[in-house]
Amino acid sequence: MHLPLIRRGPLRRVSSWRRHRLAGVAVVLVALSAVGGAYAAFAPDTATADSSQSDLVQEGRKLFLVGCSSCHGLNGEGVLAGEANRNYGPSLVGAGAAAVDFQVGTGRMPMSQPGPQALQKKVTYTPEEIEALSAYVASLGPGPAIPPDEYTDISGISQEQLTEGGEFFRTNCTACHNSVGAGGALPSGRFAPTLRGVTPRHMYEAMVTGPQQMPIFSDAVITPEDKRSIIAYVKAVEAQPDHGGFALGGFGPVSEGVVVFLVGMAALVAATIWITAHGARVTDKTAKASTDSEADR
Amino acid sequence: MSDEDRPDELARGGGELEPVGDPIPDPGLPEEFPRPTDVDPALERRAELQVAGAFGLATLLTLGFCVAYFAIPKEKTIFGWDASNFTLGMTLGGALLLIGAGAVQWARQLMHNEEIVEERHPIESPEEDREIALDMITVSAAESELGRRKMIRNSLLGSLAVLGLPAVIVLRDLGPIPSDEELRRTVWVKGMRVVNDVAGTPIRASDLEIGQLVNAQPAVLVPTGDPEKDKAIGVLHGVELLDAKARAAVILVRMVPDEINPPPGREDWGVNGILCYSKICTHVGCPISLWEHQTHKVLCPCHQSTFDLADGGKVTFGPAHRPLPQLQLGVDAEGYLIAMGDFVDPVGPSYPQMERD
Amino acid sequence: MTDSPTVQKPIQETKTGRAAAGPVKWLDERVRLATLVKVFGRKVFPDHPTFLLGEIALWSFVVLLLSGTFLTFWFIPSQGEVIYNGSYAPLRGLEMSEAYASTLDLSFDVRGGLLMRQIHHWSAMLFIAAITIHMLRMFFTGAFRRPREINWLIGVTIFMLVIVEGFAGYSLPDDLLSGTGLRIAEGLMRSIPIVGAYISYFVFGGEFPGDALVARLYIVHVLLIPGILLALITLHLILVFYHKHTQWPGAGRTENNVVGPPMLPIYAAKAGGFFFIVFGVTTVMSALFQINAVWNYGPYNPAEVTAGSQPDWYMGWLEGGLRIMPNWESTIFGWTFSWNIFVPGVLLFGVLLTVLAIYPFVERWVTGDDREHHLLQRPRNAPIRTSLGVAGITAYGLLWAAGGNDILAVWFHLSIYEITWFMRFAVFIGPVIAFIVTKRICIGLQRKDRDIVLHGFESGIITRSPDGEYTERHQPVSPVEAYRLSEHERVSVAELPEEFDENGVRAPVRRVDKVRAKASHFYFADVVNKPTRAELEEAQHHGDGEHAELEAAEDEGFTGVTETGVPKST
Repeated sequence: MHLPLIRRGPLRRVSSWRRHRLAGVAVVLVALSAVGGAYAAFAPDTATADSSQSDLVQEGRKLFLVGCSSCHGLNGEGVLAGEANRNYGPSLVGAGAAAVDFQVGTGRMPMSQPGPQALQKKVTYTPEEIEALSAYVASLGPGPAIPPDEYTDISGISQEQLTEGGEFFRTNCTACHNSVGAGGALPSGRFAPTLRGVTPRHMYEAMVTGPQQMPIFSDAVITPEDKRSIIAYVKAVEAQPDHGGFALGGFGPVSEGVVVFLVGMAALVAATIWITAHGARVTDKTAKASTDSEADR
Repeated sequence: MSDEDRPDELARGGGELEPVGDPIPDPGLPEEFPRPTDVDPALERRAELQVAGAFGLATLLTLGFCVAYFAIPKEKTIFGWDASNFTLGMTLGGALLLIGAGAVQWARQLMHNEEIVEERHPIESPEEDREIALDMITVSAAESELGRRKMIRNSLLGSLAVLGLPAVIVLRDLGPIPSDEELRRTVWVKGMRVVNDVAGTPIRASDLEIGQLVNAQPAVLVPTGDPEKDKAIGVLHGVELLDAKARAAVILVRMVPDEINPPPGREDWGVNGILCYSKICTHVGCPISLWEHQTHKVLCPCHQSTFDLADGGKVTFGPAHRPLPQLQLGVDAEGYLIAMGDFVDPVGPSYPQMERD
Repeated sequence: MTDSPTVQKPIQETKTGRAAAGPVKWLDERVRLATLVKVFGRKVFPDHPTFLLGEIALWSFVVLLLSGTFLTFWFIPSQGEVIYNGSYAPLRGLEMSEAYASTLDLSFDVRGGLLMRQIHHWSAMLFIAAITIHMLRMFFTGAFRRPREINWLIGVTIFMLVIVEGFAGYSLPDDLLSGTGLRIAEGLMRSIPIVGAYISYFVFGGEFPGDALVARLYIVHVLLIPGILLALITLHLILVFYHKHTQWPGAGRTENNVVGPPMLPIYAAKAGGFFFIVFGVTTVMSALFQINAVWNYGPYNPAEVTAGSQPDWYMGWLEGGLRIMPNWESTIFGWTFSWNIFVPGVLLFGVLLTVLAIYPFVERWVTGDDREHHLLQRPRNAPIRTSLGVAGITAYGLLWAAGGNDILAVWFHLSIYEITWFMRFAVFIGPVIAFIVTKRICIGLQRKDRDIVLHGFESGIITRSPDGEYTERHQPVSPVEAYRLSEHERVSVAELPEEFDENGVRAPVRRVDKVRAKASHFYFADVVNKPTRAELEEAQHHGDGEHAELEAAEDEGFTGVTETGVPKST
């Protein structure tokens, strides 16, 4: 028998605790906490609300019922209306916090009237309210989370990343949004909006949630680092001076053609009229009159 | 210039004569009155100062240009524009405008500007010249005996006419004659991975969410980083890469499988609702990636051809005639998306011998 | 008459004259200088704003040559790949063609380079705009009639060449926007029946994009077309000098004279000054307005495209045709005919050039007028020609607008599809409406002119007669003004000869003459002719109340009205 270590050493206390009548309960509790904690630490970042956010979720739910449920349903399940069950307001289950932060944060939601697409308007909720709404919608089902700052903070972007961001932008984005992000037309009155003045976070969220007709660019294909590069490029282009003068909206040859006629040819035709104008003449009568009338021709 | 005398009202060439003064006779050139600068010395002086002042200011602006060229650094901006471009343009442009305005003002206000009358001369040659010319040609023709020597004339014409052929033939090597196969095939082969454009990363089906669009390319366009390996695989570079990409660029889209209506025989061309289509419009070849994921339609920004990707790429609007070609997708052993062969339909704009192969 | 110029010593006795005598004599012994001066020195050029439109084009051409030469010192016309390492950060490290990289260098690393690029591009756009308006001026005033048909044809050729030249020029930098245009051009080439694919392979040296095109376009752009243009423009100007310029009808101006300021000194000063003004306006535009910012588009990549891709303005109408054309393609005996591309892209351009080229000859055939014309026609006096021209402009303008349908959709929040459908019908209906409206306006203006000649202009003074009748007093126009309104020619519809003459002999009328008679009817049936001598006399001595009032007013010496409309007394 080799018990002297337990009898006299540091393990003596543990050994006696082992025989406590609630020892089994304690072990189970410890094991559960350990597993739960490990899971919480290692699980992927889907924005499921956990118990510490419940106040925010409740706050969000209140706001949701007032401002959103008439189109999106009392539990965010969506409202179908009209023939062929067309969406009156789509389901928000799985939309994720990112979608809400984008849509409400840019003023697109609440949509003031039905139309080809939701237009950007004045933001009607405070940032705290938006955070609450995002938390509530996130609690409805797993979906894209609001991106962490390391992916939306474009300061410190490297030259290589900036250039690569441009390549990504031109391959994936300019077909709808145009080379400088001025926007473009889509069928039936819809349009890809301008990217000017859009915050990096909202850009990221738009890429990841695919608002309205915009496709989704998931993090698995366009990685978060790539998205950061794209955003950095867009912001760099927005911030750079219009080197050659008025950029005319960035719409290219159409605006340039307007300027050719309304500015260039107008000025030159005005010049032709001036060059060949007959000019003031002194007729006999006024020549006989006082010099004053000549001076104010 | 001859001074032929003709009554004013005679109409030359064919046509009727208009009677004199019909209905109102020509009152003659109107009376010319002097300009204020012609009668008032003060105004004349003022105009002279204006003109000289314009030229003087132009000189200063030109010198300003010379200074600005060296003095303004490249990075400087003004009003949100390049300071150098703006300053150089305004100084030079201003100088030019002032010189021009000065010259015009000088002509308008100060130069003696009475209108004068110049008589028109007949456009055609005078009778005498015509006769001499005809004589000369007759004599030359007779001296050359070209009319009589028909053999010389005909063989000369023949030899000159045939010279047109070399002029055309030397241009033959401007370009190769395309074979039907060359016009049809792209670099896609069975087993080639579909990779992300720009990044070159391979793609798993689970990477795509419903409503996602991926701009993709064949793996043979992506360098591996090891030049030896590149050569072994046959990775394309430079102009060959661009040529291949112009016909092999594709898009991957993921839709809800229930919403897809595949053409007959193509039910298994997708993977879990992921379909692969050519990125090159069948109208005149612009790349398309305006994917509206809610309507399943893809729009070409050039001329607005619209294709329904849930319906076999059918044209729903616009000037494109042929549906967007679809590429059969599969999955390789490691789970990455691959092509199952080349495109079956012709990619890009139509060409005349398209149906003949 | 204005004062004659201060009496001047003969030039050879002045100080300058004596100093220059030696060199002048040296030249004259070799190139007959004096005769040149004699021919050109006091040549008359009539003074009118519309006569300077061609000059805008001419001076723009000079600006293009100057700015273009500057650009050739830095531009590298090669599609060989190079890694960019210049000042523009967002593209640094990117692989691109040397053409694109050298264009970026010009824009950011050559001082004055961006200015020169912009001057070159704005000037090219102004060049073509001026040519178009100049051509329209020729058309609407009938300046293409004998003896100027050759000059008209030279002009149409220049018009065609400059459009190709402009397209070649902006495709040289190999950027994404112009590269997309080249892609479309390749599709257009393929649509040419039977030989399309071969033509495309020959032009591009193989597949698209290949690496041959920029170098080939370069030589077309800097040598071939400018050379041909120089020759054509020189010939164009020689003919203008030889034929002497046309002039507007007016007092003292006839078919047999030219009235205006002489070449030296007035016209040279004005034309020379105008060169500086054109150059100056172009340069100021280049300082203030950005054009073709190629750095934003990126280098050409066949898998990339930007929303709002349009060609330069002068190709917009063809682009519009491509957008609105229905998607018709057919296969005949195994050959594919892409009507959807060939008709608007290739055929339409050819149709426009053909119509422009043959119009003078068609009009001559219809009107039967083979005489020389040096007096211009006011557009209203050729109502059908003017209406056809406005209908053509309407069709062109609608196609041009259709070329920007996606930009219009974004700016005005419209649906692209609806704009396209609207344009598909408007392109046919619009010109018809424009024709009808213009014709009515022209005829109305002709009536107005006729009334003014006959009755004078309405003075705005209403008189009420004792029995309560209101009439408006007419003020007679000066003889100068009346002459200006009636100097144009009378026209009449061509009559078909009788099929049977008075002896009963049949002289059958040819089908082509019947067509011609119908066309003549179309051209001249509704024209309001100027009054005849007899009608004018009758109107002047007409004894109704209105004209009696007029005579009475003349006795009083009508000298105008005060601010409140009360006639002034002498």
